[in-house]
Amino acid sequence: MSLRMVWRKSLNVFMLSLTGLCALLTVSALFFILGYLVWNGGKDLSWSFLTHLPAPVGEPGGGMANAIVGSLKLLLLAALFGVPIGLLGGVYLAEFGGRTVPFLVRYTADLMNGVPSIVMGIFAYALVVMPMHHFSTLAGGIALGIMVIPTVLRNTESFLRDVPPALREGSFALGANKWKMVATVVLPAASRGILTGVLLALARVAGETAPLLFTAFGNRYWSPGWLQPTSSLPVVIYTYATGPYEDWHRQAWAAGLVLLGLVLVTNILVRAFLTRGTAYERT
Amino acid sequence: MATTPNAATPTEFTAPPRSLLRRWTGADEIAHLITLIAGAALLLITALLVYQLWILSAEARTKFGWSFFVTKTWDPVAGNFGALPFIYGTVMTSAVALLIAVPLGVGAAIFLAELATPKLSSSLTFVSDLLAAVPSVIYGLLGVFLLVPLMRTTIQPALKKTLGFLPLFKGPSYGIGFLTAGIVLAIMIVPFVLSVSREVLLAVPRDQREAALALGATKWESTWKVVVPAARIGIFGSVFLALARALGETMAVTMVIGNNPKIAASLFSPGYSIAAVLANEFPEATGNLYLSALIELGLVLFLLTFVLNGLARLLILVTTSRGSGVLPT
Amino acid sequence: MRIVKVLSLLAVLLAVATFSAATGQVLLNAAGATFPYPIYSKWFDLYHTSHSNVQINYQSIGSGGGIRQLLDKTVDFGASDGPMNDEQLKQASVPILHFPTVLGAAIPAYNVPGVQAELNFTPEALSGIFLGKVTKWNDPLIASANPGVKLPGDDIVVVHRSDGSGTSYIWTDYLSKVNPEWQTKVGKGTSVNWPVGLGGKGNEGVSALVQQTPGAIGYVELIYAIQNHMPYGKVKNSSGAFIKADLASVSAAAAAAAKFIPDDFRVSITNPEGKAVYPIASFTWLLIPSKFTDTAKRDVVKDFLKWALTDGQQYCEGLAYAKLPKEVVAKEMKAIAQIQ
Repeated sequence: MSLRMVWRKSLNVFMLSLTGLCALLTVSALFFILGYLVWNGGKDLSWSFLTHLPAPVGEPGGGMANAIVGSLKLLLLAALFGVPIGLLGGVYLAEFGGRTVPFLVRYTADLMNGVPSIVMGIFAYALVVMPMHHFSTLAGGIALGIMVIPTVLRNTESFLRDVPPALREGSFALGANKWKMVATVVLPAASRGILTGVLLALARVAGETAPLLFTAFGNRYWSPGWLQPTSSLPVVIYTYATGPYEDWHRQAWAAGLVLLGLVLVTNILVRAFLTRGTAYERT
Repeated sequence: MATTPNAATPTEFTAPPRSLLRRWTGADEIAHLITLIAGAALLLITALLVYQLWILSAEARTKFGWSFFVTKTWDPVAGNFGALPFIYGTVMTSAVALLIAVPLGVGAAIFLAELATPKLSSSLTFVSDLLAAVPSVIYGLLGVFLLVPLMRTTIQPALKKTLGFLPLFKGPSYGIGFLTAGIVLAIMIVPFVLSVSREVLLAVPRDQREAALALGATKWESTWKVVVPAARIGIFGSVFLALARALGETMAVTMVIGNNPKIAASLFSPGYSIAAVLANEFPEATGNLYLSALIELGLVLFLLTFVLNGLARLLILVTTSRGSGVLPT
Repeated sequence: MRIVKVLSLLAVLLAVATFSAATGQVLLNAAGATFPYPIYSKWFDLYHTSHSNVQINYQSIGSGGGIRQLLDKTVDFGASDGPMNDEQLKQASVPILHFPTVLGAAIPAYNVPGVQAELNFTPEALSGIFLGKVTKWNDPLIASANPGVKLPGDDIVVVHRSDGSGTSYIWTDYLSKVNPEWQTKVGKGTSVNWPVGLGGKGNEGVSALVQQTPGAIGYVELIYAIQNHMPYGKVKNSSGAFIKADLASVSAAAAAAAKFIPDDFRVSITNPEGKAVYPIASFTWLLIPSKFTDTAKRDVVKDFLKWALTDGQQYCEGLAYAKLPKEVVAKEMKAIAQIQ
């Protein structure tokens, strides 16, 4: 074998192994993150942590019950605000639209998807907090809801388009008019994929901190109703992690574990089980 | 509704012409209207966002004009605001992040697209997607307690010893700074580079690879000299996408960058990014000029991500929609 | 059918969440200084325990944040250790009253490898460090005040506040008084253009950074250094004595000012005259609007103030804050009547 051939063959093996190493590094990052959080956060995760309110500053103990409930309430609002608009908008793009308006809507959705979440927070502050003169769960929910809309919209459109034309035509042939066809045939056919998109979008905003900093603000107590500031997991993690108290650090790890656990479990369940037989599997 | 069964094609059916009233209030039209309103709601929200950013930054824009982008000082006491330190910090950290994430992501994508079995490829991509789902504040948590001490005690001194003659690696090692923020960002954006690059690589038709192999190329040569160049436009697109994501990252960056609006050549130096200063100073900017200067920064960030995302999607679309793609001229 | 089930579940959840607002509760939101956060959080907690229908939610976002949110009217009252200046007061729609609550001290906390002793800092050393002129721990300016302490040649890492801070106001107010160069170059304020250093968010953030960074020095409120077991130094006062911040020296700083405190209670007590005074002490204020539209809230605020100025003061010393001088308390009790 000529020297050149040897060189080419060794380069081949070397570079291909290098790419394998890259893949290994990327994948192991996730396991490392998860493992470290389980190890570090798991030891402080206790029943009292999950059910108590925070203790005064500097005193050990206390928990994050209000942060967990606050995050859940914010998610509920985000879903209520963002999912209907996204869903209906997706239906519009896939079923009803013409040329210009759908193009604009699609373009805008992609644009909004890329907007940094801190800018959304500023927007929600100007839109909701300032006129109301109040930080509130509502403002936080709206900020998160706006972030949910573009993802749900594009996702819905994509899955609706994937429904085979034969289903639509069959429905028409049976005498349905358009909206009935969409509502009773197309949407159910695409429902799995749409639900996937909704749940993934919600899991994504569950971890967002920046938009909540000046909308939901923070609360050391339970936040009743929707018009009071509320604590939330990501904000509490940020506050405690950047503070000096050892006790805060331990609680931040435990809260991080809770948050990461919720987000990852949602992602895994949705991607592994819900997407069987839908377009997601192909990618 | 009577339908005459002489429909020409399966997808349209003729019906007797309806009165104007019927046309405006029929069920289909209402459905059309409702969904149109939903779509328009998105347009309205976006327009409102841009409007708010524009109006609220008016005071700073009129006072500073274009010099805002080249002024180094950020002095709330004197009312003198310049965006340069933040733009610099944002660019530096993103550059470091891309330098690390792009080779890593493209390399992994090559492995997944060319070498791995389909099953391995899709399961590893699954894991990478999970990595993309990890919230930013968790990265910040790990950054502050794991990476920063590691940088300060091990990595930065090692870099100083070996590469310390470069201005990039001079100065005391605090642990926090541009380099640390760049590394955290890199881990956060790798999944984006990986998944998009993998898709565009897979979209290159098989005959390209087979032709190269038939001509005697090794697998690596076929990949590097044929497949990757065919997909390179899409890979650029993935880079822009990752960059847009990196620019807007707030929490992880503000926890490890040092929060100091200074421009320094060294990667070890603390700095500031646009998103980080917004998070830190927005709730407390007293005075309209201060607030509007911050919002102008937000506007800049918004426009940057807008342009980058637009470019990215265009590039990716061009590559993946090509049927039997030939090498671009 | 499934949709109906999902929607009804959502409706139930919404209803539960909406109506969980108990009636008769008075909910107050406040924000501001991190300087007094430990004692405020204790006070609000105790007050809630004894008045279970009252919840005062205080968020420590920094004095600058407190002032701004108060002016935007997104909180019911604010807190700051840098008094509002005239320009800010003009922006308020109703006149804002300043009520001093406790006395605290800004101390130089440090993390010098190998040094456990208490270091002495002269005003020249402190201003030199924060101006970026004194860059190493064994600089003569520091070493000359600390004979017998072996100072390493490590770099000094300055830590300051990244957010708008009353503690910054106190610190820069002091530096402006003792160093003319600082006065012209940087000035005093809640948010200044720091010549050097890393930025931490809140007293909490600065403490954390100093703890974690070898060679660091930062200014924090006394209790943060104590609670986190951080060494802190003595500062030379105007009489030439090196004084450590404690209840006695901080109270002494306020004693002289107490007799001449202005009616609006806005006063600076940094670098005062006196032998045993700590030079970087300060009052911290609650910023209360003089008019409340909600009478329930107003009554709670007035009652809380009265409690804080009397019973509440007994908790100060446990958290290393000094009690208010009697003359000041008396004057404040009279001023409470101004809240309508």
